[in-house]
Amino acid sequence: MTSTATTANSGDFRSHKGRRFRAARIDWASLLGTGATGLATLLIVAILAIILGNIFINGLPYLSWRFVSTGTATDMFDVNKAGILPMIFGTTARVILMTLFVLPMGVLTAIYLTEYARIRSPFTRIIRGAVNNLAGVPSIVFGLFGAGFFVRFIGRGMDSALYSAGATVWGQPALLWASATLAVMTLPVVIIATEESLRAIPQGLREASLALGASKLETIIKIVLPQAVPGIMTGAILAISRAAGEVAPILFTGAAYYMADLPKSLHDQFMDLGYHVFILSTQSPNVDKTRPLLYATVLVLLCLTFLLNIVAIFVRANMRKKARMLH
Amino acid sequence: VLEDTKTKRSIGWMGLRRGHHAKPLEWLAEKLIFVVSLSAILIVFLIFIFIGREALPVLFGQMNTALVQKTIPVDQMDQMTPAQLQKYLGLTKEEFAKMNRDNLKDLMALKIESSKDSSKDKDAMVNTTEWRYLLRPYQWTDYDRPQYIWQPVSRIPKYNIIPLIIGSLKVTIVALIFAVPLALAAAIYVSQLARPRLRELTKPIIELLAGIPSVVLGFFALIVMATVLQHISGSQSRLNALCAGIALGFSVIPVVFSIAEDALTSVPRSYVQAALALGASKWKAASQVVLPAAMPGVFAAVALGFGRAIGETMIVLMASGNASIVSWHFFDSTRTITATIAAELGEVVFGGAHYRILFLIGVLLFAVTFLTNMTADVVLNRLKAKIEGKR
Repeated sequence: MTSTATTANSGDFRSHKGRRFRAARIDWASLLGTGATGLATLLIVAILAIILGNIFINGLPYLSWRFVSTGTATDMFDVNKAGILPMIFGTTARVILMTLFVLPMGVLTAIYLTEYARIRSPFTRIIRGAVNNLAGVPSIVFGLFGAGFFVRFIGRGMDSALYSAGATVWGQPALLWASATLAVMTLPVVIIATEESLRAIPQGLREASLALGASKLETIIKIVLPQAVPGIMTGAILAISRAAGEVAPILFTGAAYYMADLPKSLHDQFMDLGYHVFILSTQSPNVDKTRPLLYATVLVLLCLTFLLNIVAIFVRANMRKKARMLH
Repeated sequence: VLEDTKTKRSIGWMGLRRGHHAKPLEWLAEKLIFVVSLSAILIVFLIFIFIGREALPVLFGQMNTALVQKTIPVDQMDQMTPAQLQKYLGLTKEEFAKMNRDNLKDLMALKIESSKDSSKDKDAMVNTTEWRYLLRPYQWTDYDRPQYIWQPVSRIPKYNIIPLIIGSLKVTIVALIFAVPLALAAAIYVSQLARPRLRELTKPIIELLAGIPSVVLGFFALIVMATVLQHISGSQSRLNALCAGIALGFSVIPVVFSIAEDALTSVPRSYVQAALALGASKWKAASQVVLPAAMPGVFAAVALGFGRAIGETMIVLMASGNASIVSWHFFDSTRTITATIAAELGEVVFGGAHYRILFLIGVLLFAVTFLTNMTADVVLNRLKAKIEGKR
């Protein structure tokens, strides 16, 4: 900033002979502006550091192998006995299931949008607009959708079609419905990331492949897709890390307050890490007593999502570097 | 890439396909791609349709929550259509089909009898799902003046959504006041003023803030921040709009930051170079040349931040106190639209008035965020086109 202040006063070069070369005036406005914006940046970083620091310092001492490898025993608020294995299992299961739904669907949609659909047609434009907007829809709205559509509409429909009257197997919150709801929620993330990586592949590669006699599908499978793998990976990881921490969409589609056993089938409810954090912090009979439990659970959840985020950031950075080299 | 679609069809991507005879398996695979992507797109539109469908009965005034309904004299039965009669008596189609005329007459007489028994309470006559009760204050018995009340679980369920809208707006305003200046300043600093090395370090760190799950931010607000804030402000309720708003701000910062930063960075480098060459300082170039050029992007960033703030659920559910009172005071506890849905949908009767109203406020939320997102999208696209045109 001082160097630019000197250039700002370069008029002083025509100084009179004999007079001493005047030192550049300090540009207070610039100094203040730079200082204030720098301070704001610092403040944001500090907020992040305080949140993470607080959670690490308070959560780390209680974290133990027993804590992550045992169930909730009889009382999930019991500081000495409660473990979070069922929640880790539930969160992992719903995220894996979600990935199985969202990845093929998102990737195929992106392939259709970039490789097959005509870019300028109004149809594609509407789709792209809808997908972009879907990314900004509040997660609780997806929860409403999941409860109304998957649980009530499809679930009840399956019950009345497959089982005798009155039986409720699928028409209730379940692991499957929670995963499906999350898949709908993360669909735009995967579509957008895949599309971006497909676009980044030079058109020349496709043309060269076609010129050598490959069909369009062969070109997509053997030339285009391998190049796009890092981008698809980034999309998948971002989707997973977003879904892993989300609680609002699974409130009415599958998360359980307490379950004695692990879920055995897709139509069972499950315990979830994020939802458990919510329960521990709002329903605990004695907040001060259960605090270590709460902090340790938060720490585990945070580690899970952050690990995924950091991996995504690295993969994306690598991909961008590679894309620059290709062009 | 060929710009003209006509030439594209003859030599480009599309045209080349025509020359090849696709193998049957490939044909199948391509059709599969089409079907899967079509169903993905269908789901997107299904959301719009489905949430709206659940709220429709309220929108068209087909729900009736009045405890005591207007009775119809028995001799007027013949003037009613079967459908009206069925609805009036509260029967299903199958039940209605089984009844003969005498049974129906008895039922109507019974209905008149039962309404005589119930109290002369004026509130019991009210259908609380009508628009005027949803949006305007009403003088309930035992209240000293007309009031906006959200009280869905009581003898007479009251569904006035104004307290919730005010609650949502209040928390959102706090979040934006807190987050927007910070995020914008940081975006200017990181994109224009910081050295490249510092820039590469700070950008991912701030974006990491977006990776914190909202339930964790809610937990932090509830357990740590609320106590600290109450200590400083001495407010009565520990959980209030200020506490929730600031925590909400943490989740808004990365949204506003990354979009504003993108917009600022996309301003051609030559603008800055020209300003510097004319003797402006780096700060002056950033604040008086780059920022105005990227203004639409900044607007879009704020709009998306607003959308994020008003739609966030877990933070407000945990840290706002959840009392549905009409008050613009920031130290009062508040209940937002999102928190109401999250807290109440688990306990409602499927298809009942409460269920429909929750979907109605869901539609409202959806519409608001959809509009803000669309506006931001359009503004960003225009900015992109403008900047690319100038390059």
